[in-house]
Amino acid sequence: MAGHSTYEPQSAPAKWLERRLPVISLMRGSFVDFPTPKNLNYWWTFGGIAFFVLVVQIVTGIVLVMHYTPNDTMAFASVEHIMRDVNYGWLMRYLHANGASMFFIAVYIHMFRGMYYGSYKEPREISWILGVLIFLIMMATAFMGYVLPWGQMSLWGATVITNLFSAIPLVGESITTWLWGGFSVGNPTLNRFFSLHYLLPFVLVGIVILHIWAFHTTGNNNPAGVDPKSEKDTLPFHPYYTMKDLLAIVVFMIFFSWFVFYLPNYMGHPDNYIEANPMVTPAHIVPEWYFLPFYAILRAVPDKLGGVIAMFGAIAVLFVLPWLDTSKVRSATFRPVFKVFFWLFAFYSVMLGWLGAMPAEGIYVILSRVFTVLYFTHFLVILPVLGLIEKTKKVPDSINDAVLGKTGHAA
Amino acid sequence: MFREDATLEHTDTAEPTRRDFLYIATGAVGAVGVGALAWPFIHQMNPDASALALASVEVDVSAVEVGQSITVTWRGKPVFIRQRTEKEIAEANAVPISDLPDQFARNANLEDGADASDVNRSSTGKEAWLVMVGICTHLGCVPLGEAGDFGGWFCPCHGSHYDTAGRIRKGPAPENMLVPPYQFAENDTIVVG
Repeated sequence: MAGHSTYEPQSAPAKWLERRLPVISLMRGSFVDFPTPKNLNYWWTFGGIAFFVLVVQIVTGIVLVMHYTPNDTMAFASVEHIMRDVNYGWLMRYLHANGASMFFIAVYIHMFRGMYYGSYKEPREISWILGVLIFLIMMATAFMGYVLPWGQMSLWGATVITNLFSAIPLVGESITTWLWGGFSVGNPTLNRFFSLHYLLPFVLVGIVILHIWAFHTTGNNNPAGVDPKSEKDTLPFHPYYTMKDLLAIVVFMIFFSWFVFYLPNYMGHPDNYIEANPMVTPAHIVPEWYFLPFYAILRAVPDKLGGVIAMFGAIAVLFVLPWLDTSKVRSATFRPVFKVFFWLFAFYSVMLGWLGAMPAEGIYVILSRVFTVLYFTHFLVILPVLGLIEKTKKVPDSINDAVLGKTGHAA
Repeated sequence: MFREDATLEHTDTAEPTRRDFLYIATGAVGAVGVGALAWPFIHQMNPDASALALASVEVDVSAVEVGQSITVTWRGKPVFIRQRTEKEIAEANAVPISDLPDQFARNANLEDGADASDVNRSSTGKEAWLVMVGICTHLGCVPLGEAGDFGGWFCPCHGSHYDTAGRIRKGPAPENMLVPPYQFAENDTIVVG
């Protein structure tokens, strides 16, 4: 990181600071002079976009807390107070509520990009694992945030998700009671979720820094999947990628704003505008869209504990992805068979998302089972076997050759 | 420049030294201390005194006719109280226990191993009355009454069907709906808890 900079402090204050705390050279080495592969495409901007949305969430979240009351008798009214009375409260809340969806959109694209170009492979395993950890923590954060408005979906979503832990043999009931702080989801639950919902985004920032540190140590992956060999293969991060990321962020903001200003409740549920009622469950409870594939996997297994294991397994399998994919070739560009399976995997994920929103009956249950099996087969059978038998295309000798369209040696 | 430290030079011996003992003792005391301090931080999340104080509720059921149900709150949970029809009781009795996915009564008023016969789900002499926590044993939703394939309850969340004795018959729920501790105080009053 800092080692990539040729920065020499010129002014007296900069020299004074550099001797005591070399932050300027650290930042220059990481985000100005940092040598970045020159062939990164726009799929590579989604990491920056995701970080931008995380900052939006923290800023709007801090504002919302200035007006919100975490108490089961007042929470719902305080959210309506934000919407109707607080100056620009509606804007802050709609930015925050839609920002959660935007964060998942950016992160899902970012993850699929990593899968397509083999960014998780040696030596970037740690960066990938930290990324999966970020994904897991942001799911927990989003879930707890959705509970805070204390509408019907908040309460019943919280009830269903916390009840997942009751499937654990022997200690499940005690764990659930401990999570609730009572015998059902109630005020103690709301209070602790509020506390953690405020804390976890800052934990995310910390892990994001480690995530960046890891792939700045190994260097970025790139669409060719070959490491830079000479200065001809790289460009300084600034201005080339600062500007590229910034353009992508601005375009993404247009998309984000379209939802905030024109479809602010499109990704929410009308039932959440009904205050929480512990005596009545809404007829059709569905989690937020970003949980739907995992929810479909949960419901596909006709056994309580089995369903919970399958759902968590669907995320856990991502942690070991670097060791499940046995191919030495990173980029799908040079793996014709993998490319087909990648798009099939994307299709399975979308289908599971759709099935998660459908009622748990009839053909939907059967399809959920089929796609759950296909999802796991991709990781546990296809990827390990394909790496051993696939005939890959010639991988270019360098990034420069890839850019100039020269083909190189056989992998 | 530096001279070898005479003490350090002799610490790497096979025999445990006084220093080894002190290291282990310090570490052990530290571990116990951390554990002891962790417990209050964990236990503070368990139900507090005010939650535990909501022990029992008294319900007047004189207005509940045959074929009617009411829902009361006990410890923040819904409790279904239903006066069942003869037909519902007969239907529940007609099912062999071996056909049930969960063959235990799940009745807090009986011993743990009691089977899920209809009388064990209600109570002797008061078979018409079914009192149970109205929470699906799958993931905690409140099932809808007089619904589902068995004329009992149906959970809309993930499709669990319960029969007229509140026993799970079909769907992902693992257990029959729980019968809470309760008793008939007078003829028309039920005390739950």
